[in-house]
Amino acid sequence: MTARSDDVRELERVTIRFAGDSGDGSQLAGQQFTNTAAIFGNDVSTMPDYPAEIRAPAGSLPGVSSFQVSFSSHEIYTPGDSPDTLVAMNPAALKTNLPDLPKGATIVANSDEFTEANLHKADYESNPLEDNSLAGYRVIPVPITSMNARALKNSGLSNTQIDRSKNMFALGLMFWLYERSLEPTLRWIETKFTKNPTVAEANATTLKAGFYFGETAELFPVHYRVPKANLAPGHYRNITGNEATALGFLAASKLSGRPLFYASYPITPATDILSELARFKRFGVKTLQAEDELAAIGAAIGAAFGGSLGLTGTSGPGLALKSEAIGLAVMTELPVVIISVQRSGPSTGMPTKNEQADLLQAMFGRNGESPVAIVAPATPSECFDMAIEAFRIALRHMVPTILLSDGYLGAGSEPWRIPSFDDLPKFEVKFATDPESFQPYARDEETLARPWAIPGTPGLEHRIGGLEKSDGAGTVSYTAENHEIMVHHRAEKVARIANDIPDLEVVGNPEGELLVLGWGSTYGAITSAVQRARADGLSVSAAHLRHMNPFPKNLGDVLSRFERVLIPEMNLGQLRMLIRARYLVDAVGLNRVTGRPLKIAEIVEKISGLVRRKVSVA
Amino acid sequence: MTTAEPLPVLTRKDFVSDQEVRWCPGCGDYAILAQTQKLMPELNIPREKIVFISGIGCSSRLPYYMNTYGFHSIHGRAPTIATGLKSSRPDLSVWVITGDGDGLSIGGNHLIHVLRRNVDLVIVLFNNRIYGLTKGQYSPTSEQGKITKTSPLGSLDYPVNACSLALGANATFVARSIATDTQHLVSTLERAHQHKGASFVEVFQNCNVYNDGAFDEFTDKAVRPDRTIAVEHGQPLIFGKERNRGLRLNGVTPEVVDLGNGITESDLLVHDETLEDPTIASILARMEYPEFPVPLGVLRAFQKPTYDELMEDQVQEAIAKQGEGDLEALFAEGDTWVVD
Repeated sequence: MTARSDDVRELERVTIRFAGDSGDGSQLAGQQFTNTAAIFGNDVSTMPDYPAEIRAPAGSLPGVSSFQVSFSSHEIYTPGDSPDTLVAMNPAALKTNLPDLPKGATIVANSDEFTEANLHKADYESNPLEDNSLAGYRVIPVPITSMNARALKNSGLSNTQIDRSKNMFALGLMFWLYERSLEPTLRWIETKFTKNPTVAEANATTLKAGFYFGETAELFPVHYRVPKANLAPGHYRNITGNEATALGFLAASKLSGRPLFYASYPITPATDILSELARFKRFGVKTLQAEDELAAIGAAIGAAFGGSLGLTGTSGPGLALKSEAIGLAVMTELPVVIISVQRSGPSTGMPTKNEQADLLQAMFGRNGESPVAIVAPATPSECFDMAIEAFRIALRHMVPTILLSDGYLGAGSEPWRIPSFDDLPKFEVKFATDPESFQPYARDEETLARPWAIPGTPGLEHRIGGLEKSDGAGTVSYTAENHEIMVHHRAEKVARIANDIPDLEVVGNPEGELLVLGWGSTYGAITSAVQRARADGLSVSAAHLRHMNPFPKNLGDVLSRFERVLIPEMNLGQLRMLIRARYLVDAVGLNRVTGRPLKIAEIVEKISGLVRRKVSVA
Repeated sequence: MTTAEPLPVLTRKDFVSDQEVRWCPGCGDYAILAQTQKLMPELNIPREKIVFISGIGCSSRLPYYMNTYGFHSIHGRAPTIATGLKSSRPDLSVWVITGDGDGLSIGGNHLIHVLRRNVDLVIVLFNNRIYGLTKGQYSPTSEQGKITKTSPLGSLDYPVNACSLALGANATFVARSIATDTQHLVSTLERAHQHKGASFVEVFQNCNVYNDGAFDEFTDKAVRPDRTIAVEHGQPLIFGKERNRGLRLNGVTPEVVDLGNGITESDLLVHDETLEDPTIASILARMEYPEFPVPLGVLRAFQKPTYDELMEDQVQEAIAKQGEGDLEALFAEGDTWVVD
């Protein structure tokens, strides 16, 4: 035995996709790889993709689940346009993921599963591992199922249990190929299966077996190394957007000194926020799994009326159901926060696929003139900051506030620099207490916010509700003049939030030929694309909105400094419609509704088509 | 030793708001409002701790007329707002005011869930068997065949029995009263308030404009003793002007019997409102005129832990077991690393 493959090649960035049946453990393998790369010091970015069905029939095309992780020695903003390596646990996983693979990519295929029956389920007429249809790819067939079974034949586990461990074999192999330590996963296995040492040992055994197989076999002439990234100094962990959202809300509770009350009805892809917050009882958090979306926001409004941080969470169809109650919160001017993790619509749409098509619903999806504040995080870790920001705005301005996240942010992950509590923005909550001059609809001079007067305060007994209120006194009023005043008050109150939010920052030159304006989860792709275009010498800058209503005060000025504005969105042009209407700017769109994130390459291509001048870049 | 400061003595007038009452003259809602205002000072609760929450409909205007905290919300959703308020603020006394349309039609789902969760609230459902505010369409409690503008040939809907529905949701307190019997009403509301848990009170209330006389055939003073039956805990179920008729159970079927001729009080069903099993209460709730006397009073009052107190207990238990949450420790949960 001589041929050891210890030739190592250094790479800047690698993107791997683990794909298999939804029961194959691809999500878990991907998450472990991500954690390991992050702990090593790479920058990481991930994208899980899974079917809406819990377990579609084994081996079928709709049953494929995948997890993509990109890791890098420099800062990255997306999980990568396309994988360098695909781990395909069966023919269906190969078939569904092949269209995303560029020529030259590596395919590690679990050859044991390319049986006649499985090929048939995946609509293959012949075995692609043998029929030369994969010419141009580097195909490495590995009998993962049988090698895993051999490694565990004395483990004491049943055949089904053994088979379930094969993702660990594949993961071990990837750890070898990309020179990553087994330690974090071995630690994880130990904690995860404390109560079941047999399973723990089996998982560890096959993980190592996969690693050693890579080391010993001659299938891989080289393996790869991605050096540490140069991230800002600090203490880091990996975090998904939904986890960050939950932590942000918890922080808002601590910062404001008010208890958090979260009412929600389970809905993909927002449910994780409920399960996260339900763990935080020791922080005084109360969670209510409501009977429906209407009850969830009703309970949040009730909690806000009582002086808690009233919060509800959902996705598009649920936001539609909550719209009447959001109107009630507009009318009663209570500081409720609604987190909506967007997904593909309309109707049930594609629950596990991504889209940004609920911006106009958030803006206008209610009867009457019914303005709310809207904020939108750009990255998974930024969900933390924007969750705090949503409550800061809601409480200071006494206005319902929508936090618009999306499934790609919610389930995607990246390293998060763990903040110290002292660095977070404090915000003061003032309840009305003085019966002397009390009026439930009196207005703060600066913000136009009404007082928050909670039950239990002597002398402030008053009635609120969905009927129009008289200016100041807050009693029911149907008079024409009063209604007009109140409609304007509510609009102006939201408009004045603009005095209280940061200016929009432009990345690149503050003026030029093209501005690429974005919002939400397209941040990564837009930032990478603009960097690439600027490196090519194109006169292009980028700006990303976090405050969707109201917009930052300088937005009009920023727009006016560019000859053209490009707005890439995962919808048919919703931000573009708002920008055109508000600023009379003839913005151009790049609109994709594929259920998948925008690709860097398609934005670069669009930019190249729009920019005529080259500028010299230092 | 310190003594708690005595509460200021309040009167009915302290609970009357400055808003002009705008129900139609002769509406049954006036009586319910008056009895509610009259009851409040008796409860010994500071006024600022009392909250009335309603949905939409004639009945739901009531909070505007109460000088307490109030929330006139949207159609059918009062139980949800009350659930959020009471769960986050168990110190408050929270009352839900609803009607047959608000509570049983558009808000039927929430009513079921607030009752099964046993949130500590008083829920008063004004049942006039008609939609009043929208000017007289049939409601979920209207009798089949009801002629209204939206059912010119008679409504096709089979009506729902509110108390039976509440018991089906395993409500821990279920009672029925009538707006015209002020004594009975105020004592029923008081019982509902004393009960810890979700207390459901159906009040038969006359809409003299769109459904006048809906309950007359059994609530008129002249016929009431013969056509209704007052259920009282621990008492045999006897009714009739002469107190000579009674109710017994034949298996699960109720039977009206005449006392005498060998039938004595000992043959009758003795009402036990405290039973954990709501079956007998349901049998009573489902008795309707003319086959049976209509039961009035407390059908069920069974104690079990309330949702809001269980929710608070979970928080306290988590703190006792795991210590108060440390935010920075939580931020750094799991695998972390340091970049220098």
